[in-house]
Amino acid sequence: MDATEIGLWGVPLAILGGAIRVSTPFIFVSLGEAITERSGRINLGLEGTLVFGAMTAYGVAVMTNSPWLGLLAAALAGLCFGLFHGWICKFRGVNDIAIGIALMLFGSGLAFFFGKPFIKPKAPNLPAISFGGWSDIPQVQAALDVNVLFLIGAVLSVILWWAFRNTRAGLIVRVVGDSSDAARAMGLNPDTVRLLATGVGGALAGIGGAYLSLYYPGSWTERISSGQGLMAVALVIFARWNPLGCFAAALLFGGAGALGPALQSVGVTQGYYLFYAAPYILTLIIMIATSSPTRSLAGAPGELSITK
Amino acid sequence: MTDRFMLTRRQLLKTSAVGAALGLASASFPLSRAFAATATVGFIYVGPKDDYGYNQAHAEGAATLKGIDGITVVEEENVPETVDVQKTMESMINLDGASLIFPTSFGYFDPHMLAMCKKFPDVQFRHCGGMWDKTKHPINAGSYFGYIGMGQYLNGVVAGHTSKTKKLGFVAAKPIPQVLLNINSFLLGARSVDPTITCQVIFTGEWSLAVKEAEATNALVDQGADVITCHVDSPKVVVETAAGRGAFVCGYHANQSPLAPEKYLTGAEWNWAKVYKMFVDDLTAGTPLPNFTRGGLADGFVKMSPLGPAVGEPARKQFDATLAEMMKGGFAVIKGPLKSNKGVVVATAGQAFVETAIELESMDYLVEGVVGSTA
Repeated sequence: MDATEIGLWGVPLAILGGAIRVSTPFIFVSLGEAITERSGRINLGLEGTLVFGAMTAYGVAVMTNSPWLGLLAAALAGLCFGLFHGWICKFRGVNDIAIGIALMLFGSGLAFFFGKPFIKPKAPNLPAISFGGWSDIPQVQAALDVNVLFLIGAVLSVILWWAFRNTRAGLIVRVVGDSSDAARAMGLNPDTVRLLATGVGGALAGIGGAYLSLYYPGSWTERISSGQGLMAVALVIFARWNPLGCFAAALLFGGAGALGPALQSVGVTQGYYLFYAAPYILTLIIMIATSSPTRSLAGAPGELSITK
Repeated sequence: MTDRFMLTRRQLLKTSAVGAALGLASASFPLSRAFAATATVGFIYVGPKDDYGYNQAHAEGAATLKGIDGITVVEEENVPETVDVQKTMESMINLDGASLIFPTSFGYFDPHMLAMCKKFPDVQFRHCGGMWDKTKHPINAGSYFGYIGMGQYLNGVVAGHTSKTKKLGFVAAKPIPQVLLNINSFLLGARSVDPTITCQVIFTGEWSLAVKEAEATNALVDQGADVITCHVDSPKVVVETAAGRGAFVCGYHANQSPLAPEKYLTGAEWNWAKVYKMFVDDLTAGTPLPNFTRGGLADGFVKMSPLGPAVGEPARKQFDATLAEMMKGGFAVIKGPLKSNKGVVVATAGQAFVETAIELESMDYLVEGVVGSTA
């Protein structure tokens, strides 16, 4: 086989490569949202945080010439957005979903405003580690160039999964999320726990944004996110608030998103709009298959405003 | 029926306000005559004006007007193709006093710009895209466009010489006639070098979807395409991703060579400065503005990026020769015998469609050699 001709093998390869390349922002935003929702709050503003994180990371990386400082700045910016959401939501009668939508618009708008001067300059990218050295096919090598953030995200999802079950901090978050009254009886302050959980969730979403602007696709434009932050929030419900599920769902979405371009590239050109809808059709099918009229959503935190 | 002749308080206020305004206007008339060459020109963009793409090309054109005496340029970026653009136009007219407005994005035309044309019959509107029709649309509206397919043909000539795999890649937004003409021109340019070359096209479905454009570029390179071009609003992502994978790129809309100096071959660019200058000259001279404006390379509406360092001598020669022939006029990209990639004859032997041919504006096919589908 000619090294440049991989034919139909391009499709599974593109799905694999796409899963690795595209999924990282989904992983970080959905893990962040999982922490927040486990504590009993929904932060829909993560789309805004993602865009603002992308802008901050790119801007700081351009100015300091260090992608790592950009990443740090994005995480800090995300933390601020999360803490802001958590702080407002502790007041009586405040609806966390409404605040989330407000912050989503605010974050995007602020990112557009401050991001103007950074559309043109070029920022240094985050490094990737090559796992494709064993293969002499360039396409395989390219697909297996894995960014460090993807690996961190994978490790983080395992750690979170373990921590929710086995650590004191994980237990506290879950108790607060399942019953404020029980948490208060234990001497915990639900507002503080939720404030911190939303803050951490925001910081993770900021990191997801940094991946978008500093690695893939790797530039700052105002339409860089195209709704990925919102989809990641939906993924959390899809993953039943389980960090490992979030990771798997993110991979699935990334891979399914690569299906459309990959099929066109091997000559399956009819009905590409349908292939672009693949991730959503897949979600619908799984949601229908796993839903039940006789019980509520398995794993849903009891304090979530959508399940209460 | 009686209330028809009654004047409500609101109407009364409105009428008297108009009267006062008219009075003021006539009072200030001699004054404004003295500075006949002052005018405010408005530009509206759908995205950011430094996007290395469609909007940047327009903004660069607008920027050249800023040095002209008596001309004030007002601009607004990121205006969606919704009722928002109507508000932008109204504020440009009412607050900034714009007398000529260029809503540059395709979707601004119908119904938004047409509604404003009716509301402000004294203001001139010119839309980029070429949909103005004398029988259907108001006289203070109009459209302008350029034959940039020629530029994609030249891109193809250089790509054909540069490609080693004989496979080219095209990342396209939507299968509309202008995009299809660009794809076909790119391939036919390459086939003028080597008739065995093929071009793989991937449609992303939207004008601006960064992640999908990057995925499409990766998929094309995976399939062996070694020269990539595109027709999306901002080619930045495509150019950077392709160059990162080691493929060569041909640009579109604006000059993207700073993004990939080694891999950039050439590019088909708009030269709106020329078009905008022409409109503004007419405006200040008081002559009526043309309603339907078209032009190509020879008219200076379209230009090519300087050839990059990777372009070899044979490519350079054929590029220069083809460009010279196009400048003479009458060059036809679509000429028979030519079939579509579904086997339908689109031009019989001896039939040729020059750039001005109206048939090209309803193109709904991809020519033989393009791998892709319009639906």
